[in-house]
Amino acid sequence: MGDLLFKSLTETMSRLSDMVASFLPRLIAMAIIIIAGAIVAWILKVVVRRILRLIKFDQLSETTGFTRLLTQSALPSPADLLARFVFWVAWFAFLLLGLNALGIEALNNEIGRFFDVLPQIFVAILILFVGVVIANFFGRATLLGAVNANAPSPRLLSSMVRFVIIALAVTMALERIGLGQGVVLMAFSIAFGAVMFGLALAFGLGGRDAARRLLEKRFLEDKKKDDDEGISQL
Amino acid sequence: MDSIVSDEFLRQITAIGQVDVLVSVPTADNRHTIEHAVNAVQIGLAKYFPRERTALMNVDAQSRDGTPEIVREAAVRDFQSYLAPTPLRSSPIITASCHPSLGQAGALRLTLTAADLLRAKACAIVSPDVASLTPEWIDALLRPIYREGLDQLTPIYQRHRFAGLLVRNILAPVVGAVYGYEIEEPAPDEISFSGVLACHLLAQDVWQESFMRSGALMWLTTTALAGNFRVGQSFLGPKVFAARHFSPSLAETMQSAVGALFKSMEEHQAFWRQRTSSQAVPLFGFPVDVEIGSAHLNRKKMFEMFRSGANAISSILAEILSSPTLDAVLQAANTADDHCYFSDELWTKVVYEFAASYHRGVMNRDHLLQALIPVYRGRISSYLWENRGAHLEELRKRREVLHLEFERMKPYLIEKWFGET
Repeated sequence: MGDLLFKSLTETMSRLSDMVASFLPRLIAMAIIIIAGAIVAWILKVVVRRILRLIKFDQLSETTGFTRLLTQSALPSPADLLARFVFWVAWFAFLLLGLNALGIEALNNEIGRFFDVLPQIFVAILILFVGVVIANFFGRATLLGAVNANAPSPRLLSSMVRFVIIALAVTMALERIGLGQGVVLMAFSIAFGAVMFGLALAFGLGGRDAARRLLEKRFLEDKKKDDDEGISQL
Repeated sequence: MDSIVSDEFLRQITAIGQVDVLVSVPTADNRHTIEHAVNAVQIGLAKYFPRERTALMNVDAQSRDGTPEIVREAAVRDFQSYLAPTPLRSSPIITASCHPSLGQAGALRLTLTAADLLRAKACAIVSPDVASLTPEWIDALLRPIYREGLDQLTPIYQRHRFAGLLVRNILAPVVGAVYGYEIEEPAPDEISFSGVLACHLLAQDVWQESFMRSGALMWLTTTALAGNFRVGQSFLGPKVFAARHFSPSLAETMQSAVGALFKSMEEHQAFWRQRTSSQAVPLFGFPVDVEIGSAHLNRKKMFEMFRSGANAISSILAEILSSPTLDAVLQAANTADDHCYFSDELWTKVVYEFAASYHRGVMNRDHLLQALIPVYRGRISSYLWENRGAHLEELRKRREVLHLEFERMKPYLIEKWFGET
């Protein structure tokens, strides 16, 4: 009995040590690949940025209007954006390579599936990018419009506009890569409906007097102007 | 060109042949005021240009209230009662139509085309919105062009001392310092020009630009200055708008007038970079220093809007203004008093930095111009506070001081605009 137990333990320990002995080098290889990948990606980023600056990529982009589009959307310059993109693509590739080095079949299958949906991921990233550009543009337009109209809480209004547009872009991006299509869409619809209903209730119940004054001012006083618009500016 | 000139328009021009003097009245639903304007022009032409070949032109932006019909039927029955001789020749009325979306540019382009085709020596544009338009305005606008050989004439009006604040605080000082000519009304409703200048303007490739829709007259003024044409000013007298006059909002005015100024500065940067000093231009007419009209300006509300607005958009202003300028603006906005002090130097820096940022395209240009509004309110509230008891003469002296400040700081504009140190 004692011998049998000892033998069983010895075999288990032996198998475990074999497994560790065979897995550890792969784990170390993965770590080395990921760390080396980060260093290579960083070097690539620096090199790409220098080359782009050397060829005056930002100035070239100005003629196409791309620089202005990014600047107007509060995003970094085209050269900087491209260098960052190269960094993330390179590092992500090394990350997948490292995971592949582990040799876990299930993980490899997932990585294979990931490459199948890679084109969709690029489309989703593009949707997100366009969403952020549009959100920043309309967020700023709302802020300026609200400030100049002397509307209350202009920053809140601007943030709400930005949030709604980005939420819509995220929903579309997630739907594109097939992540919880129905759930995401439904969650967005419910959240958006709740916000609108909440605002309607808040304005209707909490701000009845304000609404009345606003409507009276808008329609009954025939746009009587005072302050800075009580006289011709030109 | 072909798209805006109709066959009917060319037929009218061909029937007239040539004229010496042309007066254009652009309209857009001006049923209540157009008859007065047309009669004033007809009497003015009969009284002051009795021997010349004259024509009146109406460019209508597809009015739906019957304005063009009123123009066609408008006729002065008895010239004697207006102390005007019965004209030796009749003054034909040319009617043209342009799409409302073209705005000022459509009316101006058709007027210039008519002036060019009719070989007009002098041409004027008058607004139908001005109730105080008299026959004497026609003489004041056209005589210096027709008789004295000037190429462009801008008006000087008699107005309320706080009317035209945008002109006094941005347009006139910038035009004076940048272009080097002291023009009191660079974006007028009334203007006159020679046939030579009309040809020059028609040849410019700006007619499809969006800023021309509402800033065409501002562009006209600056283009004449940049082209070294002979310019002058004429005192017209009181300017009183008709009761039904549509007054654009401050945001619309800022977009059209200041947007057109900054855009014109881009067009003419090679010219104004070389200009180092400013000069006065010939003045015609008899100035009268009498204040007219009343205004209801809420200075405190303006200051509050400056305070809340500047703080709310400080992150946007940080993209436009330099750190020291932004700090000074925010310091003025956050003063403990119910008024702020916005010095001439700070205001000049603000305007120049906005102009340079507009040129560099640091953000959407409409957004940039909207971001100027809260800061402008701060400047105006300070201006009203400082000048609350000032007489017209004192105001004039202070305007001169501001103009000198804009001139003194022109190297700062060049540094910011062209990126020079």
